[in-house]
Amino acid sequence: MSTEVPARTRAKAAPKSPRQMPGRESADRKLVTQGRWASVLLLPTLILLAVVIIYPVVNAIIMSFQNDAGLSSSGFFVQGGFAGVDNYVHWLAQQCNGVSCPPGTLGSQFWGAMATTFLFTVATVVLETVLGFWMAIIMARSFRGRSVIRAAVLVPWAIPTAVTAKLWFFIFAFQGIANTLFNTHILWTGSEWPARWAIIISDTWKTTPFMALLILAGLQLIPDEVYEAAKVDGASSFQRFTQITLPLVRPALMVAILFRVLDALRMYDLPAIMTQGANNTTTLSILVVDQIRQGFNSAAALSTITFLVIFIVAFIFVRFLGANAVGAATSSGKK
Amino acid sequence: MRKTFSKYAVPLATASVLALALSACGGSSGGGGGGNNAATQNTDARGPITYVQGKDNSNVVRPLVDKWNAAHPNEQVTFKEQSDQADQQHDDLVQHFQAQDSNYDVVDVDVVWTAEFAAKGWLQPLTGSMAFDTSQMLPATVKTATYNNTLYAAPQTSDGGLLYYRKDLVPTPPKTWADMMSMCSIAKQHNMGCYAGQFAQYEGLTVNASEAINSAGGQIVDSSGKANVNTPEAKTGLSNLVQAYKDGNIPQQAITYQEEQGRQAFEAGQLLFLRNWPYVYNLAKTDGTSVVKDTFGIAPLPGMTDGKPGASSLGGHNVAMSVYSKHKATALDFMKFMTSSETEQFYATQGSLAPVLSSLYSDATLTQKLPYLPTLLTSIQNAVPRPVTPYYPAVTKAVQDNAYAALKGDKSVDQALSDMQSALQAAGAK
Repeated sequence: MSTEVPARTRAKAAPKSPRQMPGRESADRKLVTQGRWASVLLLPTLILLAVVIIYPVVNAIIMSFQNDAGLSSSGFFVQGGFAGVDNYVHWLAQQCNGVSCPPGTLGSQFWGAMATTFLFTVATVVLETVLGFWMAIIMARSFRGRSVIRAAVLVPWAIPTAVTAKLWFFIFAFQGIANTLFNTHILWTGSEWPARWAIIISDTWKTTPFMALLILAGLQLIPDEVYEAAKVDGASSFQRFTQITLPLVRPALMVAILFRVLDALRMYDLPAIMTQGANNTTTLSILVVDQIRQGFNSAAALSTITFLVIFIVAFIFVRFLGANAVGAATSSGKK
Repeated sequence: MRKTFSKYAVPLATASVLALALSACGGSSGGGGGGNNAATQNTDARGPITYVQGKDNSNVVRPLVDKWNAAHPNEQVTFKEQSDQADQQHDDLVQHFQAQDSNYDVVDVDVVWTAEFAAKGWLQPLTGSMAFDTSQMLPATVKTATYNNTLYAAPQTSDGGLLYYRKDLVPTPPKTWADMMSMCSIAKQHNMGCYAGQFAQYEGLTVNASEAINSAGGQIVDSSGKANVNTPEAKTGLSNLVQAYKDGNIPQQAITYQEEQGRQAFEAGQLLFLRNWPYVYNLAKTDGTSVVKDTFGIAPLPGMTDGKPGASSLGGHNVAMSVYSKHKATALDFMKFMTSSETEQFYATQGSLAPVLSSLYSDATLTQKLPYLPTLLTSIQNAVPRPVTPYYPAVTKAVQDNAYAALKGDKSVDQALSDMQSALQAAGAK
């Protein structure tokens, strides 16, 4: 957020420069010196960012073009040397030593993991948005004990994910609560779709409150007068929802969805603890961690691919979302 | 939006140049070199050292370290305790070895990591002046510490699978797999599951599938480290498990079982036979919820023929010396101390850890405290270690994934074994 403020002031200042007045010159110079000072003051932060973020990312990319260590004839590991794009081909084409990766290798799981990751993302974000919206609308009303409800709703979000995962692991055990309650004999963690549903349900349980609170914040920005005016005009409650609530809450909603999508795309702990990635619940992050134990350089390539995938998704979202946010801001400014 | 991009282009470019320069300085990480000089250095040096092990839950290590320190004032040992998660212990060791940390002198390694660390050139070969006497130790445990015919670690504790059975329902335990399957009708009469082990897709399945394959005379990798699992013997072994699951002799929920779920089912009286580790013994005897306290017995794992018990997989830990240690003479003495007969007894009495010295299995005080020891001895004497290979993470993945698919009926046993063979070869076991 803070980065956009100077951008906007500069953008506003620029068109004015052709018709500068004599009195404004000193003010402009002041702006320039201020800008210089700003860069000097920003430098430590930039260096810190370079060391803790850019260096690891760049190093990972460099590593991803190296072969993993291999055994020499004497039985010791030796450096693999330059690999070119071999590591990327290994993952994207699922090739192991020139042949298609056999089942039981990590390489054979790449596209499956990609599909699983996106399945989890779409399913959980849709469920969390719908349920979160519903919860937010309830919490936005005034009723007795509202603050208690608001606090109570946060409990699942406050529990560490690893604990949540263990909790649901026990609930979905064969003799766990889920099967006892519904009198079923489902192998929740032992077959494909039940395992996926178990993970989707746990993630929804955990993250819906987060979604609900973000949407609630958006709802509270809508002035009551708008609703009152609509009521006077005779709009039904459904019309008020679709014509007023939805459009006005949209910016907050999109930001919430973006956060959740990015979060869900790197889902690791829930499936890792509940199923250990068995039954086609391996996500990209689980695959990366498994690969780290087998070879760093190949894992670096995989995490670079994962990074790019998430980056592209985020980019699409921000472009789509950002264009609207800018449009909304300028149009309201003109009025 | 676009303006902000160009605005940040310059600092970003500066930062990435800086980052490139930094990474160039750092050099690339990854596999260490073999045949290094570090192994020949500091072999006579004495002085303070550090011992690294996972969380000391039953207070075994501290008393031992205190005892050593009292006797060796000039060669003090510091105990560095890691977390209680095996994966974290492994990664912690890798990081310190990669940094060539001379403060990790003597380390405790899981039996399945030993080959990997040895191949990375991180473990001191126990040869020449560093030789270590393993003649009194159980041969299978020594195999887990041996890579490329060189001993790289000293067996410290061991563990083997036992067959827990209900002696009230089955007076004599089954000697062979076929015997056990024929007894499953008894389980049916009592409306309980017949047999379970660890069949969820994780390390436990590698243990159980290897046991089935090894018991039938097959192998996962041969003595030279080559994958050799696509054989008729291996097929017999894996088919035993698959058929039992299909017939319902292994209850359907067992495919979600790790050690604990199996133990709970057995203690609740829902299983006739259970393959598990010795830790279950005391719990099943003393747990408040256990309904089998006085009605269960233990036996070696069933084999293929009457005279030969099943081939258990091995658990346990080895103790090894870092090549980067500055005081290797002290380190070697400390390793001998940590595997001495007296210390091994202490492991057993204080931590219920199975000793690696065969003589202790008939020790009267020990067998009184740990009545399962004689049975465990049979188990370990017939044990086959899990594949000793530097590519263990990939090897166990190949075994688990394909054995799991076969159990679930997603693919035939033949297909599973041929895929397992290819996956093992892709993993490096060529």
